[in-house]
Amino acid sequence: MPHFDATSFPSQLFWLAVSFITLYLLMAKLVLPRIGDILEERQRRITDDLDMAERLKAETEAAIAVYEKALAEARAAATAEINRVMEANAAEAAARHAETDALLAAKIAESEERIHAARREALAEVNGIATDVAQAIVARVAEVETDAETIAPVVTAVAKERGL
Amino acid sequence: MASPIEQFQIKPIIPIHVGDVDISFSNSSLYMVLTVVVATVFLTAAMSKRALIPGRMQSLAEMTFEFVANTLRENAGSGSQKYFPFIFSLFMFVLLGNLLGLTPYAFTYTSHIIVTGGLAILVFIGVTIIGFMRHGVGYLRMFFPHGAPVIAAPLLVPIELVSYMSRPFSLSVRLAANMTVGHIMLKVVAGFVAGMGILGFIPFAGVVGVTFLEFGIACLQAYIFTVLSCIYLHDALHLH
Repeated sequence: MPHFDATSFPSQLFWLAVSFITLYLLMAKLVLPRIGDILEERQRRITDDLDMAERLKAETEAAIAVYEKALAEARAAATAEINRVMEANAAEAAARHAETDALLAAKIAESEERIHAARREALAEVNGIATDVAQAIVARVAEVETDAETIAPVVTAVAKERGL
Repeated sequence: MASPIEQFQIKPIIPIHVGDVDISFSNSSLYMVLTVVVATVFLTAAMSKRALIPGRMQSLAEMTFEFVANTLRENAGSGSQKYFPFIFSLFMFVLLGNLLGLTPYAFTYTSHIIVTGGLAILVFIGVTIIGFMRHGVGYLRMFFPHGAPVIAAPLLVPIELVSYMSRPFSLSVRLAANMTVGHIMLKVVAGFVAGMGILGFIPFAGVVGVTFLEFGIACLQAYIFTVLSCIYLHDALHLH
């Protein structure tokens, strides 16, 4: 087998040393620092970006907190205002209600007064009509001419007697 | 039909002799130099854009970098980062040696025990030096498991010593044998394609399958070589 041909050993070992040392120097001085730099830079960039994302997130959360606080304050103010307006309206409504009640009561009283007056008037007229009717009946039935002055007291007395 | 082991023949391209020593530039040397060129050109070209968001080639280069870096970190532990360029070069040298060797008519230098042995002995000597530099004579505790009864020392120390000494052999033989056997198998099965005439498609399908298998083995063996080197490095840095 060519593997055990010792005459090739010096040449193989020599070129192994030459090429391996060359490879080592190229890798150590040229290639690996470059790859390492790029990987390191990427890592740093990722870390920076993560930091920035973290910071922005914190800022966002602060902004949200401020907004929520403002919202809560606005809501409380709005509720207070609504309550105030509602109370004012209720008071005004009660006042108007009372006023209207008073007005209506006055009108009712006045109307009742008028009704009473009309009734009294009507009742007064009833006496007159009754006197006329009585005068006419007397004239027809008894053929006696009477005047109102004699009939009227009689009608009033009868009406009183019957409780009218 | 050509012999299945003809592909492992060293063929000098530029004969060079220094005194009595033959250091000719051979097909083996050509593929070693090719490995250096491919690794450097690929990794440089892929990273030339220095893109923050990597493209396909840059991703591949970065993945290779991070794969080796993770392998080293997980297996060798703390203090191993300064050996990263060496481990990375080792991984690339073995991986590209295996992969370039799979192209038709190519020479696979990782199939030669002298090459893998050279690398393994480099790792072995390096690890031993690092161990003694870090722990001084205390590194000899490597050969006596912590907590074992002292009376067992005459038995344990030789075992540990043999196991330590056999590391470069297992490391190099595993890689060279895997590569050699895979290539011989490919060659033998491929030989049947022509030999069986019309039925040649059956071994041809086999060749396709074995080629896929060999690509897997090429990557796996490079990984195993690297991982074992990292584990040896771990022992040197942190003892057991």
